[in-house]
Amino acid sequence: MLQSLGADTVQVRTRQDLNLVDALVMPGGESTTMSHLLSTSQLFDPIAERIKDAMPVFGTCAGMILLAKSIADGRLDQRFYGAIDIDIQRNAYGRQVESFETDLDVEGLESPFHAMFIRAPQVVRVGADVEVLSMHEDKVVLARQGSVMVASFHPELTSDSRIHSLFLQEV
Amino acid sequence: MTKNAARTTGSMQVKRGLAEMLKGGVIMDVVNSEQAKIAEDAGAVAVMALERVPADIRRDGGVARMSDPEMIMAIQACCTIPVMAKARIGHFVEAQILQSLGVDFIDESEVLTPADETHHIDKLAFDTPFVCGATNLGEALRRISEGAALIRSKGEAGTGNVVEAVRHLRNIFGDIRKITQADSAELFDWAKKLGAPLPLVQEIAETGLLQVPLFCAGGIATPADAALAMQLGAQSVFVGSGIFKSDDPSPRAKAIVEATTHFMDADILAKVSRNLGAPMTGIGMDQINERYAERGW
Repeated sequence: MLQSLGADTVQVRTRQDLNLVDALVMPGGESTTMSHLLSTSQLFDPIAERIKDAMPVFGTCAGMILLAKSIADGRLDQRFYGAIDIDIQRNAYGRQVESFETDLDVEGLESPFHAMFIRAPQVVRVGADVEVLSMHEDKVVLARQGSVMVASFHPELTSDSRIHSLFLQEV
Repeated sequence: MTKNAARTTGSMQVKRGLAEMLKGGVIMDVVNSEQAKIAEDAGAVAVMALERVPADIRRDGGVARMSDPEMIMAIQACCTIPVMAKARIGHFVEAQILQSLGVDFIDESEVLTPADETHHIDKLAFDTPFVCGATNLGEALRRISEGAALIRSKGEAGTGNVVEAVRHLRNIFGDIRKITQADSAELFDWAKKLGAPLPLVQEIAETGLLQVPLFCAGGIATPADAALAMQLGAQSVFVGSGIFKSDDPSPRAKAIVEATTHFMDADILAKVSRNLGAPMTGIGMDQINERYAERGW
């Protein structure tokens, strides 16, 4: 997706990989697994430092959970970054049978964006400094604060690259 | 901004979406809440709730069926990651029950005793995604045409022996590679040979990819086994008896998770493989009297 937009990409699995990148995408997956692996790979703190130094970062679904200020219903030992002033409820839309696709109006895009919500988290509080880019059923689903952008849906699952373009404008 | 477009649930894209989210991870068989916690703590991306792990099913014999809903619900209540459960091949009522329980993925599994010797479940009729086993590309494509959102190898469950899963992965990826080299006339013959729908074969010729993610299952017992499956092209691994039939499940579960993430990094693999205690004993293919992989049509 990002490659099709002209960006060079690498998969970051180690600290050495992290040194190669100017910006980071934290994709969907299971946030408990990601949090665990960030610790075992000794990547958690180096990434926290880079975020503090304003490295652009885009978190989708599980990635959004890891970037939030607080997680309701998370695991007590789950570590996260607090990089954007929102609170998250994990799996708030329910189990997989409740997962859905829908069209979203997105700030800055001329036509609706078709979005996939997979066991998605919900934003339950938004800080005053957070710029809301899209809402669905009165919940914030796409937001930005400084160099941090988050989505509760998965723009990486569809072929529409416009949300990734919005992120690349920051890089 | 608050205008609400309708939600569409249960679409093929939504089903495949969850399969995509499980990529690069480990799905662990668990028989109770305690094991489910160990699995989640170790970094599993999902658990498979079942009453007996395959090694025990193999030992006990008899008819293996869907697990007690009570036991599945207890596991759903104790962990936050997706919970999968198994239905017998062709037993669409077990699948209806699992969907009603809100199971996140249904495994139409050869590990249980088949309920229908001709038909698999019509998986398109469900909102819950299905994973099915396949020993070769034809079987994979038949399951995909029935609506499976995820395919896994059918390595001999409960043996701790990875040889069959390796055969299935090599079969599937080998045929995909050959099909991408075939000309348009040869694709008709491929569809006939595989017993698979022509449009799916043509799609593979064009993309070089299976339509849904392909995971490895069956016989994985060590971190090296998991990394082998990943290097062969599997996108995630299921570990059944391999964890909870070993001497010390928790460290082994963590090691297999790390090995699956860092599957190309031999230094990390060497590190996580140390001091795990004895893996499950395992059995050779000539010592088993029933091959589960032969179940499925």
